[in-house]
Amino acid sequence: MMDGFFATYAWPALIILGQSLLLLVALLVFIAYVLYADRKIWAAVQMRRGPNVVGPWGLLQSFADLLKFVLKEPVIPSGANKGIFLLAPLVSVTLALAAWAVIPINENWAIASINVGILYVFAISSLEVYGVIMGGWASNSKYPFLGALRSAAQMVSYEVSIGFVIVTVLLCVGSLSLTDIVLSQRDGLGTMVGLPNSFLDWHWLALFPMFIIFFISALAETNRPPFDLPEAESELVAGFMVEYGSTPYMMFMLGEYAAIVLMCALTTILFLGGWLPPVDFWLISWVPGVVWFVLKMCMVFFMFAMVKAFVPRYRYDQLMRLGWKVFLPISLAMVVITAFVLKLTGWSA
Amino acid sequence: MNELLGSYVPIAIFLGLSLFIGCALLLAPFLVAYRAPDQEKLSAYECGFNAFDDARMKFDIRFYLVAILFIIFDLEVAFLFPWAVSFNEIGWIGFWSMMSFLVVLTVGFIYEWKKGALEWQ
Repeated sequence: MMDGFFATYAWPALIILGQSLLLLVALLVFIAYVLYADRKIWAAVQMRRGPNVVGPWGLLQSFADLLKFVLKEPVIPSGANKGIFLLAPLVSVTLALAAWAVIPINENWAIASINVGILYVFAISSLEVYGVIMGGWASNSKYPFLGALRSAAQMVSYEVSIGFVIVTVLLCVGSLSLTDIVLSQRDGLGTMVGLPNSFLDWHWLALFPMFIIFFISALAETNRPPFDLPEAESELVAGFMVEYGSTPYMMFMLGEYAAIVLMCALTTILFLGGWLPPVDFWLISWVPGVVWFVLKMCMVFFMFAMVKAFVPRYRYDQLMRLGWKVFLPISLAMVVITAFVLKLTGWSA
Repeated sequence: MNELLGSYVPIAIFLGLSLFIGCALLLAPFLVAYRAPDQEKLSAYECGFNAFDDARMKFDIRFYLVAILFIIFDLEVAFLFPWAVSFNEIGWIGFWSMMSFLVVLTVGFIYEWKKGALEWQ
């Protein structure tokens, strides 16, 4: 009886726990270096040196920051709703990490390979707005309140166009599973004209307008510059995070960067062929898929960082105009056009 | 059924672990950091003077409007998901029924636009 219990439930659960721990630790270290890379790239564009003191070339900067945050005095404002005030950063960091449970970083390398993976990721990333709203409201202070309102409106506006973009991809794939979405990019435009399997088959080329819309919406969805209105330090000080300090503040930042890395991974899966090698050549195919996945993610993040360095911040009415009057009609039209083309040519079958 | 539920168990475990990490981070400074709260430190931030009214004030109706619009369009996306997945099986009838649904929504969208619901000044 006990043996059966261990063999059927306890062991698999322990193995999953181990895998989850491995993925989470890898993810957190990756986020630490993504933060460092962000600062370094930004510094390089502005001809500064960026973090360069802690460790060789400043490589340990993020870990020093973690230590600093833990040793800072946590302040809970007397007017705040204490429970919700502390729950907000917890919600934002937990949700941002939770979406990673279904991301396949290689063939069959996902913690949970459920058949509605993309729906799960979409749902979790919709929930992320709660962390912001709760934080802004519970602070009981004016700047956080305004910042949270702005941030929520911005996140939901771009959520819609992200939804339409995902639908377009699903039309071409015919499955909600993230693994199927990657595998369907083996053959595409490139093989249709007689080329061997290569990066030309991936969705980014066939659905190029959607790729661009998804990238820009991802910037807005994660409150990245040039859409960092909620944090606009020139007008709202620091948006919904004004009253936060110590690790609760760090958890908002961690959640934000986890969401950014998630968006990079999602771009990789939906448009850049996930773990597939860029050309079908023995030396390159031999490299494990997870290396390609991480490389593509880094490439997408590099674009995120460059946008931050180059583009001036949007005004709030411009931001809403772009979301509702430009991206929404275009992505809706693209859903119809894609469906029509697929139906007429029978390519999706 | 059991197998279907079984594929979600890893998600629960993963969620539990990330919740644990979050809680650990949240509690750490309360355990180790030096704390000396005073009245000024705990008051709400408002550019150097005392807050003169409650922060949960009236806000622009547009935020509410955006939330309503979001619900409509997100529901639309939710309807599109199963349609997109079964696109090959449902044939032209399925195609045209979704198109008529989209036309109705587009008419509503144009109405909102003309009414000025999407304007921000």
